[in-house]
Amino acid sequence: MTAQAGQLPRKGRWSAAQRRELAWGLLFLSPWIVGFIVFTAGPMLWSFYLSFTNYDPLVDTTDFLGLRNYERVIDDRRIHQSLINTIFVAVLYVPGTILLGLLLAQLLNKVGRAAGFFRTAFYLPNMTPAVAVGALFLLLLNGQQGLVNESIRAVGLPAPYWLEDGPWVKPGIILMLLWSIGGTVVIYFAALRNVPVEQYEASRIDGASAWQQFWKITVPHISGAIFFTLIINTIAALQLFTEIYAMFFGNQQSGSAAAQREALFYVVYLFQQAFQSFNMGYASAMAWLLFVVIVTITIIQIRVSRRFVYYEGE
Amino acid sequence: MAVEQTSASPAVAKPVSRPTAATARQQLPFTKLVQRVVYFALLIGFTILFVYPFVWLVSASLKEGSEVFNREIIPDPIVFENYPRLLELVPRFPQWAFNSVAVSLLAAVTVTLSSALVAFGFAYFRFPGRNILFGVLLASMMLPGVVTMIPTFLIWDALGFYNTLTPLWAGNLFASAFYVFLLRQFFLGLPRELFEAARVDGANYLRMWWTIAMPLTMPALIVVFVFELKAAWTDLFKPLIFLQDPALYTLSRGLKAVIDNPSIGGAKEWELLAAAGVITTIPMIVVFFLGQRYFIEGIATTGSKG
Repeated sequence: MTAQAGQLPRKGRWSAAQRRELAWGLLFLSPWIVGFIVFTAGPMLWSFYLSFTNYDPLVDTTDFLGLRNYERVIDDRRIHQSLINTIFVAVLYVPGTILLGLLLAQLLNKVGRAAGFFRTAFYLPNMTPAVAVGALFLLLLNGQQGLVNESIRAVGLPAPYWLEDGPWVKPGIILMLLWSIGGTVVIYFAALRNVPVEQYEASRIDGASAWQQFWKITVPHISGAIFFTLIINTIAALQLFTEIYAMFFGNQQSGSAAAQREALFYVVYLFQQAFQSFNMGYASAMAWLLFVVIVTITIIQIRVSRRFVYYEGE
Repeated sequence: MAVEQTSASPAVAKPVSRPTAATARQQLPFTKLVQRVVYFALLIGFTILFVYPFVWLVSASLKEGSEVFNREIIPDPIVFENYPRLLELVPRFPQWAFNSVAVSLLAAVTVTLSSALVAFGFAYFRFPGRNILFGVLLASMMLPGVVTMIPTFLIWDALGFYNTLTPLWAGNLFASAFYVFLLRQFFLGLPRELFEAARVDGANYLRMWWTIAMPLTMPALIVVFVFELKAAWTDLFKPLIFLQDPALYTLSRGLKAVIDNPSIGGAKEWELLAAAGVITTIPMIVVFFLGQRYFIEGIATTGSKG
């Protein structure tokens, strides 16, 4: 950072130049300052307040309920279901992305200039709008004739009903999420290219195996990128909404009952409570609980990773 | 891939140490060749996994209803009629496309300009409290959207913007923490002397920002622009909560309506759903190929800076 705190006067009057710098600085920051107050800090406080009420915009009555919303969250069966679903998918999806992402990035790193072509191909699914991903996978995962099941039957395995059969709904969703792994691959590949080649050469002379090289050289050097994707993907997995909602929920209640139970993710349920049942007080309590969970998980991840992450030049 | 190497390396290492160096030199290219073949085979396999669904979707949109799930990649009678038929059944599609283009462009332009302004403020000026404000900005990136979602909805509603396109982009007038963070890095990389010279010439700070700093950060600005273009195009959440009138739908929201429509998604006219998916996706594929370098660079720097 170029800022020199020492330049600032500790006490006493400011010179005209300093006052001008402050005024200009605040002018440049003003869009964000206004936006932060109106669309972040204000709404945070407001939703915190709402979480203790039964606010419903249609009825327009607001009673103070104390902790009742939070007590209801603890007892709500559908919350339990949505938490189980969300955690199940996050626990499989996040490590899955990291491992598959590492594999793909390592492969890209082995083929020299051809990597550019494959990287483009891997990233392409990320450009598909989430609703279109949902529509596409409704077709691909079709139980009778979908492409996925055609392929499974071609190798002689039993093909499940991904969209209707309860236990197969979440695996199908994970499959869909893994299709959009391109962003993670791009991050890892960029990190891999910054690993100093000399270290591999030196270790080869010392007789290190490829496996040892991977764990002792590659992983430490790209640990920053791994850590970054761990946090980003965890937060994203806990807030899954669009693709799922597009596939299984809507006016016509597109999904089967079993599918809607298995695909009820936390934010999907929150959305239903807030904008379909208009229980905005209850939904606010749900939002704050999710916030606390995300902050807790992120802090744990930061703490744990401090021991493992290696930053260049620090 | 690690397994390939381990099995190969002892074979290479042994002969080098002992009898003839010649055999080693012959073996080395061979195992290397095998490795390369395996790498390419795997990469091509994965490429098919990632790209084939697109090909399949386009192909399905050009088939007759009964043929959608047959195994032909190139439809036997190529049926272009699905597209006109979709427009006939869902006459609002062109309107939705227009809404999407308008919202995405407005969202991308406003967030790029406002975030660049704020980022320059953080990068250039020195005043007390600046670092605290920047810390607040970084912390705000961690906040999940659902926490502010309900009050944000109520605010736009109170301002009279419920059931208009405004809430879909106007929040971007106030900069976005993530983009500010990204652009600040680039502004910090500009040598300060550039600006000192302009100051001597009497340029004010806004002009300095616009005429010197902005042109020099063009690549980063394009990264922000294309990212936001894609984000706005893809968004379903805001259209779901703010738009009631189907004439105002964006393509993403419209596609959701098509999925829900009993006469299309419900009656399993899959070829029409495929056509609707293609229309929604193609513009993003075009944007990607126009701005590919910026997408890849943007994501790579995000990862390394984070």
